[in-house]
Amino acid sequence: MGDWMTVTDPGLCSESKNISQYTSETKMSPSSLYSQQVLCSSIPLSKNVHSFFSAFCTEENIEQSISYLDQELTTFGFPSLYEESKGKETKRELNIVAVLNCMNELLVRQRKNLLAQENVETQNLKLGSDMDHLQSCYAKLKEQLETSRREMIGLQERDRQLQCKNRNLHQLLKNEKDEVQKLQNIIASRATQYNHDMKRKEREYNKLKERLHQLVMNKKDKKIAMEVLNYVGRADGKRGSWRTGKSEARNEDEMYKILLNDYEYRQKQILTENAELKKVLQQMKKEMISLLSPQKQKPVEKADDSTGTGISDVEEDPGELSRESIWDLSCETVREQLTNSIRKQWRILKSHVEKLDNQVSKVHLEGFNDEDVISRQDHEEETEKLELEIQQCKEMIKTQQQLLQQQLATACDDDTTSLLRDCYLLEEKERLKEEWSLFKEQKKNFEKERQSFTEAAIRLGLERKAFEEERASWLKQQFLNMTTFDHQNSENVRLFSAFSGSSDRDNLTVHSRPRQKPYRVSNGSLVCTSKLTKSLPASPTTDFCQTRSCVSEHSSINVLNMPPEETRPNQVGGECANQKWSVASRPGSQEGCCSECSWTSTNSHVEKDGLP
Amino acid sequence: MNFSEVFKLSNQLCKFSPDGKYLSGPGVSALLIVSTTTHVPILQLYSCLDQIQHVEWSADSLFILCAMYKRGLVQVWSLEQPEWHCRIDEGSAGLVASCWSPDGRHILNTTEFHLRITVWSLCTKSVSYIKYPKACQQGITFSRDGRYLALAERRDCKDYVSIFVCSDWQLLRHFDTDTQDLAGIEWAPNGCVLAAWDTCLEYKVLLYSLDGRLLATYCAYEWSLGIKSVAWSPSSQFLAVGSYDGKVRILNHVTWKMLTEFGHPAAISDPRVVVYKEAEKSPRGALGRPACPPPRAAESKYEIAAVPVSLQTLKPAADRANPKIGVGALAFSPDSYFLATRNDNVPNAVWVWDMQKLRLFVVLEQLGPVRSFQWDPQQPRLAICSGGSKVYLWSPAGCMSVQVPGEGDFQVLSLCWPVTGDALALLSKDHFCLCFLETEDGADALGQLGDHT
Repeated sequence: MGDWMTVTDPGLCSESKNISQYTSETKMSPSSLYSQQVLCSSIPLSKNVHSFFSAFCTEENIEQSISYLDQELTTFGFPSLYEESKGKETKRELNIVAVLNCMNELLVRQRKNLLAQENVETQNLKLGSDMDHLQSCYAKLKEQLETSRREMIGLQERDRQLQCKNRNLHQLLKNEKDEVQKLQNIIASRATQYNHDMKRKEREYNKLKERLHQLVMNKKDKKIAMEVLNYVGRADGKRGSWRTGKSEARNEDEMYKILLNDYEYRQKQILTENAELKKVLQQMKKEMISLLSPQKQKPVEKADDSTGTGISDVEEDPGELSRESIWDLSCETVREQLTNSIRKQWRILKSHVEKLDNQVSKVHLEGFNDEDVISRQDHEEETEKLELEIQQCKEMIKTQQQLLQQQLATACDDDTTSLLRDCYLLEEKERLKEEWSLFKEQKKNFEKERQSFTEAAIRLGLERKAFEEERASWLKQQFLNMTTFDHQNSENVRLFSAFSGSSDRDNLTVHSRPRQKPYRVSNGSLVCTSKLTKSLPASPTTDFCQTRSCVSEHSSINVLNMPPEETRPNQVGGECANQKWSVASRPGSQEGCCSECSWTSTNSHVEKDGLP
Repeated sequence: MNFSEVFKLSNQLCKFSPDGKYLSGPGVSALLIVSTTTHVPILQLYSCLDQIQHVEWSADSLFILCAMYKRGLVQVWSLEQPEWHCRIDEGSAGLVASCWSPDGRHILNTTEFHLRITVWSLCTKSVSYIKYPKACQQGITFSRDGRYLALAERRDCKDYVSIFVCSDWQLLRHFDTDTQDLAGIEWAPNGCVLAAWDTCLEYKVLLYSLDGRLLATYCAYEWSLGIKSVAWSPSSQFLAVGSYDGKVRILNHVTWKMLTEFGHPAAISDPRVVVYKEAEKSPRGALGRPACPPPRAAESKYEIAAVPVSLQTLKPAADRANPKIGVGALAFSPDSYFLATRNDNVPNAVWVWDMQKLRLFVVLEQLGPVRSFQWDPQQPRLAICSGGSKVYLWSPAGCMSVQVPGEGDFQVLSLCWPVTGDALALLSKDHFCLCFLETEDGADALGQLGDHT
């Protein structure tokens, strides 16, 4: 194959040769060894074609060559180079047409082959690069595998160590436990021994005491005596009574009386507490029913099976007994029914309140956002308009100025005209001056207008905020009004029981520091105002005095709200007689200070924002 | 706030009479009676036979007894009749304790080695003996109405409690207590419940009804040092038990179970707690006024510390007896709204707990270790002393420190209120003075302060 290729090769252009050379280099097959040699030798000889061909075909061996070629070609399926012979003995003629055809065919084939080869080579190249890539990938993966394997080994090692440690710790724990057990045993044994010893000692001590007692007391110690000037009467004025069985019984009676009194007192306490609680419960229930039944009819009906029964139960039952009598029954009979209905209603109420909460929050959010956006938009639009107007005015003024300048310049240009125009100029100047002042006024007006608008916007925002708060508070109030019970009653139960400590907590927190509330509220409003002012876009020409006065008005109200002593409690310290008092005030007053501080800070904030 | 002159005092014995009108302070061997209402200070002077070691007023404020333990002598004086006197000699039996019975007509003397208690009557010649009293922290307690006496006894290595009727000293109940070594007994203020607690080696509180029934036992933990102090709330509703683990446990009067537990951590992080810190005032006018006033202890004031605060703690020596740990002092305010405590390993601090919310309310940190504190019997107002020349007052409205005037250092080691709550007796090592809290216009300084804040 290689021979054939190389033989037909040299007729082609040198590029193909190069390619073939290249390909033969890349893909060296044993059969192409020869061709390469031929090629190598052919390159220097390419100019002398004849000499190259002479290597194969010379004058002498034309016949052989032709026959050889013919043979070769026929074996490859080409038509014979010779003409059809008429006789067998006659020498066959070389068919030129056939030769040319064959050559053409060969050349075509050669070209095709070259193309195919090229394709194959490129493919080969591609494959080679693919191979390279895969190899590198492989190497990489191998590396990765190695590292992960190493990591795994490391982790395993660590795991092993930890397990080892764990085992050790377990062992230690066990040891410690044993130790503790041992120590406890020791303590117990020591304790028993100690007790035993103590008992022994005490017995001895008691013996000694007994002995001493006998010795001291039986000696008829003359010294043991009392000297009184005269006996005094008993505190109650009665005479001492003899000790008899009667007095003993009387003492018993008295003791039991005391105990009984105590128990009765406690029972009364509990009863009153119970009554109060029942009252509260009843009221709560009533409130709940009145609150829930009219407006929540629909949802109740919707959830008729689960919740509606609670109300209907209660509504029906008292028909038989009057309400009051039910409450006076012992708890046993009413308790279950009562708790059940309360629980159910509580559930309804809870869901209702949650719904309300959601609604309120939604409304609040929406309302706030919407209004806020609108006001801002309005404001921005207006300011834009105003700015535009100002721009226009400025331009107008500029053109006027230019015109004036031009006029002046022209006047300067030629003195004659200036002289002529001098009289006019004064007039014109006057006129211009007038115009100028007019413009200035206009500008001022514009500014004023703008200022007033910003004011209005701020006021609007404040009002809106106040309204929002009012509405929220009104809603809350309404809701609370529906559910509040008279706290005075519950306050009467001052004799707090063992459980009152926890149950009264909330109540008491309200009572203990009622003054803190206003501060918080005022603080909140302050913060709000400052926020509002902040939210407005600060424009360079806004005179902020207005907003500031507004804010400070608020704050002054706050200051008025707190008692004047609050603001300076730390100075309070009396000087009595000749000693100094150092006083530390409780945190309530500090909060007063704090609120003041916060006020000042917000104020400064506002100022900062307002300055251009 | 006015201060009286300073009187001499021995043994730090200074007692207000139960009606609050008089104050007795023994000199070396003479009894001094000081009126707290009139400003004529010294009212009466009784001279005793020896150095007085114990003084006690009778409940009706008519008599006063002075015990001289060394001689085994008790002398009784009458305030109405200065010439009346009574002398009780315990002879060779000796004397270790003496006290009045609540009716003010009997004197209970405990002989040496707690052999017996002798009950001397001032009305008749009769003498009663009670055998086997137990030598313990608080073995005798009278109910508040004065009807009953509960007495801890020890017979045959077992603890007993005997309840006597005070009117005729008849034994009402006698029962054994399930304790290793009873340490103390205390009546509830309503006189129906008796609390008994075991020795510090074991945490155990037992509650007995007046008729001797065991109502409840309470044990918080085992194998550790137990109870250090016990106090009833004036409403009889709570029993506060301070223990060596630095906690106060509050038992309720219905189930006698623990209501809550007040730990005394050295670090306070709850922002609701107000921490007052005593701080020394920097000396003013050091330049303007050259050392004209005599050098005295620096004045101090309270500052509100920002939480979290960590208090100064003491590392107790674990290998010594009576370690300085645990809640060693407990006191309820007269209205039962507050409980003041001291943890002995945080010696400079007084904790005030709010009993309505059952949480820590205020912590006062002093510059020195707190020696003693006592509530005003009339209102929630706490007086504290810490061994310096200042007395500290706290009320829910705020707190302040007051310098005790007078030349020299008056180191206030202890203090006590009369029942009226309008004065305060301050005791130093061998002096005492009175501090009148009522001002001319009837409102005291702290009250005014309270109105403002």
